Amino acid sequence: MNTKYETHEHDVLVIGAGGAGLRAAIEALAHGAKVAVVSKSLLGKAHTVMAEGGVAAAMSNVDKADSWRTHFRDTMRGGKFLNNWRMAQLHAQEAPDRVRELEQWGAIFDRTSDGEILQRAFGGHTYKRLCHVGDRTGLEMIRTLQDRGVSLGFDVFMECTIVKLLTDGNRIVGAFGYWRESGRFVVLKAKAVVIASGGIGKMYRITSNSWEYTADGMALAYEAGAELQDMEFVQFHPTGMVWPPGVQGILVTEAVRGEGGILRNKNGERFMEKYDPKRMELSTRDVVARSIYTEVREGRGSEHGGAYLDISHKPAEYVKSKLPSMYHQFKEFADIDITKQPMEVGPTCHYCMGGIRVEAETAQASLPGLFAAGEAAAGLHGANRLGGNSLSDLLVFGRRAGMAAAAYANKASAGAVHDDQIADAERAMLEPFERKDGENPYAIHRDLQETMQNLVGIFRVEEDLKKAVVELDKLKQRATRMRVEGSRLFNPGWHLSRDMRSMLTIAEIVTRSAVLRQESRGAHSRLDFPALDDKIWGKQNNVVSRDGDNVNIRQVPTKELPPELQQILDEDK
Amino acid sequence: MADVTLEVFRGNKEGGQAKQYSVPIAPGMVVLDALHYIQGHLEPDLAVRWNCKAAKCGSCSAEVNGRPRLTCKTRIDSLPHDKPITVYPIKSFPVIKDLVTDVSWNYQVNKKIQPFTPKKDVQWKMQQEDVDRVQEFRKCIECFLCQNVCHVLRDHHKKEEFGGPRFFVRVAGLEMHPLDGASRTKALKEELGIGYCNITKCCTEVCPEDIHITDNAIIPLKERVVDEYYDPIMRLVRKITGAS
Repeated sequence: MNTKYETHEHDVLVIGAGGAGLRAAIEALAHGAKVAVVSKSLLGKAHTVMAEGGVAAAMSNVDKADSWRTHFRDTMRGGKFLNNWRMAQLHAQEAPDRVRELEQWGAIFDRTSDGEILQRAFGGHTYKRLCHVGDRTGLEMIRTLQDRGVSLGFDVFMECTIVKLLTDGNRIVGAFGYWRESGRFVVLKAKAVVIASGGIGKMYRITSNSWEYTADGMALAYEAGAELQDMEFVQFHPTGMVWPPGVQGILVTEAVRGEGGILRNKNGERFMEKYDPKRMELSTRDVVARSIYTEVREGRGSEHGGAYLDISHKPAEYVKSKLPSMYHQFKEFADIDITKQPMEVGPTCHYCMGGIRVEAETAQASLPGLFAAGEAAAGLHGANRLGGNSLSDLLVFGRRAGMAAAAYANKASAGAVHDDQIADAERAMLEPFERKDGENPYAIHRDLQETMQNLVGIFRVEEDLKKAVVELDKLKQRATRMRVEGSRLFNPGWHLSRDMRSMLTIAEIVTRSAVLRQESRGAHSRLDFPALDDKIWGKQNNVVSRDGDNVNIRQVPTKELPPELQQILDEDK
Repeated sequence: MADVTLEVFRGNKEGGQAKQYSVPIAPGMVVLDALHYIQGHLEPDLAVRWNCKAAKCGSCSAEVNGRPRLTCKTRIDSLPHDKPITVYPIKSFPVIKDLVTDVSWNYQVNKKIQPFTPKKDVQWKMQQEDVDRVQEFRKCIECFLCQNVCHVLRDHHKKEEFGGPRFFVRVAGLEMHPLDGASRTKALKEELGIGYCNITKCCTEVCPEDIHITDNAIIPLKERVVDEYYDPIMRLVRKITGAS
């Protein structure tokens, strides 16, 4: 073993400190494993903190008729039946216990009049199902998990970025990364690795995602040989801010519509009557996003190219208590008082339904020792995620991943770390410093965002997608000539130069998967194939693996639904 | 469109100096947008922490024109343009590089606090009016601006003996949790040094979440400490019952 690098050794290494990562780490600890959590940011700043509306769980506190069966059916319908049904079943069955557990760890949700956890309506959910804390549910969740984990005693490596998964044969044995602060490298040996690093939003120009969302975990797993799945399904949240420019894309919670917000076009028409007269504003996200986009494209958009979202018909005090951060967000950033005026909103890249292909029960990826949970994993949400199902996903599958990783680590022997893998990764990291001239990573990033935004967006067509493949290839060429200035001490340009590699790898996979799926399903809308194709594409997933430098995508049939679950789907309500 | 000049600290723990940058103004622009412009177009190695860009994560704290602020929430059009807008790292914590400071001390303090400890045989029911106050404390986004302005930390450097406003807010959230059964009074007095606070309310003034840190968290906690340690009747009770 190389002694050149700072080295740490754990049973379970969790990459990502959002809801899924922290929940996984807590569970692995509870099963006796020695655990470390690695986080690109400071602890408690992960993207989960931005989740607003709530966590979906059929607790039946408000609507007594709710049950896991209805939650399961809603999730499958929202995902256009491409979901891994076993994941959807486990998720619906286990979410209530996971929420209660948070409460037992100190989380404080809003209450019903008889003292239970209050639940609110959300798009695609038949009943009032989202347990919430005003519109800052994610903050409550991450703080609860953070404090729980710290008090139980996991190691936290803050501001540390992983650049390579280390393998021994086809088995995962750890990871190699750098401290953002000092730029020094670090080897993290582990018997099992859980990837919980979130999504890919930063490859789009208009996104609700933070700088961290650069597809790292998916790219790391793919590079190491694991399979990805459903990468063509990228969710555009219907309501991001559109004005002023600096806040374009920042999330406007679906809770605004859950609490009664109405969407109108510039003519004052409540246009959802046209697109989904039954569910109106609380239709699924894919439908509402396309509706807004269509209104704008056909010339009925708001002043700055969005739609109007109005909650001002509700009492001002009610709005301020139920949507406090929305109230402040619009007042401070856009000079809009949402208790009196409508908001301007438009679609924003929000979530990736695709990700690392995993087993439902264990969250195990296709490589021994590798697990994935949360947005980094695929399956639960199918072709479109329902609001509120992400926070419950993090808890249910974070826990399952942690449990399985600890069990795996318990049985596994320590694998060998190979110095050549580390040397390769180090060389790749340092090359951008050595170039006398070359491209600025920020410039390549801007061009990637334009390409994805314009050619691989809400509505897709083969010609655009193929053009995007060509553009991405050029960007990859340019990325081989990136140059970084300055030292290794906290150098964001250098950090981005590594993140660009992940984003470019995954952008190509998203685009190639989108070319292949010749139908429109959930978040994947093809203008040249506008219909659902239940016969062929409704029964198969695009599964992605690495074949040298080439992306290999094959179609794998979905598993047959057992009769008792089919029966639930066939029931009307 | 017009430009604005920013004067940004560039340096590390060894020292440094401010440098001026000219940045084109866009409508509604915030200081963090201007810093991103500098990173993206002028100096890619400018070190800045940020995440959500929506005042929800508390990462982008800095001192703008001498005032501790979240840079994502500070509108350029709210600041005078006749002189450069100064952006410096928060002063109470050691500089790592440029606007990034070493806030790890805060995470160490947090570990001293006994976590949520439910009462025995608790029923998991709470009324909204009982949780309203606690929810105020749980709004904290850990931007550490309150820690930055607290003179006990900023001027007197009592990091060994004092926890700082952020952690009084956290303790208040636990102590006033309707279902929590632990007492953290001893820790408040001995490990977190709440007595050092002389309620100047500097922390409350800078809180971007409008938490009434002094009035709603610190003062009630100080009262608890006084009741437990200095109230003669309580002392007598302790003496009789033998409780420490």
